[in-house]
Amino acid sequence: MGNLLVLAETDGSRSLAGILPLLDFTQKLAEETGDTFDLLLIGGTGIEGAAAALQGYGARHILLAASAELLHPTADKAAAVCEAAMEQTDSRSLIGLASSFGRDVLPRIAAHLDLPMISDVVQVEKTANGLQFQRPMYAGNILATVRMTGDAGVLSVRGTAFGVPQSTETVSEIRPFDVGNVTLPQGTTWVSLEEGDQKRPDLTAATVVVSGGRPLRDAETFERLLGGLADKLGGAVGATRAAVDSEIAPNELQVGQTGKTVAPQLYIAAGVSGSIQHLAGMKDSKVIIAINSDADAPIFEVADYGMVGDLHEILPQLIDKL
Amino acid sequence: MKILVSIKRVPDPYAKVRLDANGNIDESDFSWVINPFDEIALEEAVRIRESGLTVEIVAVSIGTSEWDTQLKTALAMGADRAILVLDDEPADPGSVSHLLAAVARREQPDLILMGKQATDDDFNQTVQRLAAILDYPQATFASAIQLTPDGRHARVTREVDAGRETLEVALPAVISADLRLNEPRYVALPAIIKARSKPLEQIPASEFGTRRPVGSQTIKMEMPPRRSAGRKVQSIDELVTIIRTATGRN
Repeated sequence: MGNLLVLAETDGSRSLAGILPLLDFTQKLAEETGDTFDLLLIGGTGIEGAAAALQGYGARHILLAASAELLHPTADKAAAVCEAAMEQTDSRSLIGLASSFGRDVLPRIAAHLDLPMISDVVQVEKTANGLQFQRPMYAGNILATVRMTGDAGVLSVRGTAFGVPQSTETVSEIRPFDVGNVTLPQGTTWVSLEEGDQKRPDLTAATVVVSGGRPLRDAETFERLLGGLADKLGGAVGATRAAVDSEIAPNELQVGQTGKTVAPQLYIAAGVSGSIQHLAGMKDSKVIIAINSDADAPIFEVADYGMVGDLHEILPQLIDKL
Repeated sequence: MKILVSIKRVPDPYAKVRLDANGNIDESDFSWVINPFDEIALEEAVRIRESGLTVEIVAVSIGTSEWDTQLKTALAMGADRAILVLDDEPADPGSVSHLLAAVARREQPDLILMGKQATDDDFNQTVQRLAAILDYPQATFASAIQLTPDGRHARVTREVDAGRETLEVALPAVISADLRLNEPRYVALPAIIKARSKPLEQIPASEFGTRRPVGSQTIKMEMPPRRSAGRKVQSIDELVTIIRTATGRN
């Protein structure tokens, strides 16, 4: 038995929902190992509200590393803060999300502490040989079962593979974490963030995703047809690599092996051929509907429902009738 | 300036992956290529040189003697010389990053450019681990790189979950390439012939000291359950009903 540290970045509001699956995974892990866990929240000042919203999920302490210098935490600074927090909380292992933040910072910490790391965990299981984790490889075509050879390590977790954590009666104690005692590396300077449109739900947390490829032709049509349908369903919009490469859609909408992984209740793919790389990001969706003019498109092999036809005719009718 | 670019040999990412009777990856039909992200990293190094700077590009691989095929392609794409650290052990991000760090200490590059992840194991760790071992700043998932006029910093646009983030890193630094950084060029025959005379040095991994223990172990591999094709819908009204049912909007 020991302690685990859970690392999360927050802007105080939008990213909160993404932290819940991470806590769900940690609860499952801690139940198997008998470990306690602390949650480290990194962000700018004003993230106290975020901590309060996460108090009922079993963390022993919630450490608040709130500082103007961490408003947009770079990997080197976040790693330094997290390593100091691991030492202070006597944590032997570290858990974070396989988000762009987690993917950036977690391996850096693993190397500093000379720890093994398992990326993109989608399942944890206790066996006679100890804990085993499942992770996808080869764009999700292979599922590997992996274990750590020692009793300490770093895990990055796929949020889409986990759900809502159990509420606990105990309330996590919120403790300020003094960033002033940590020497922050100065080799990286944050310059700017060009944020995507935020009027729709977060792609990775949305219950409906409407996704499109190059047949949407241009950014205006993409927004009118896919955005229009997504708004009717309270959903998010996704895109193929081809759509992003041809500047029909912004990069943060890319779904796939190297983009975002989604697993909504409903995934509508319009003008998406269904490459191995795209399927890697969406094949765990509950219901998949494909609309494509090519009856032989590979997307139909994974779709529960398929309609062969011109999306420029089908989508406006759907928007109209829903 | 000197740019170090790491090259990994991976199976063609567009080919189907299968398991053999023993549950291992069936490599019999594989055709091997440079990891697509590493190709983008190398192309970026070549473009930095083409922008007018005096740049030496060193391609480095950690792998078996068969990897020289991919390093020769890297030389044809524009690397000036190549280093193959001979290592027969399975590549794991921990040991590979330590061997790359040993090469970096010997070569003293101003910039290390790498692919953001390999398309086979999808770990996405080696870049960040290397930056940590060398205590260099890192800028992962780059879609644009601009060196400052004094050559001491790089301004990097990164593709992150929220959109596009721009950082400035002090050199030496490690930068990893994302898909949209550039589109690698096709290698023409004259370049392939010219590359034959470029140096390709082979060094046994043992020269860089003892191996790092691998901290994790793969117990088994399996094909995930396949989705089966559903049915074709003939009318818009039927599709509307299906969408309403799936979203609980009956």
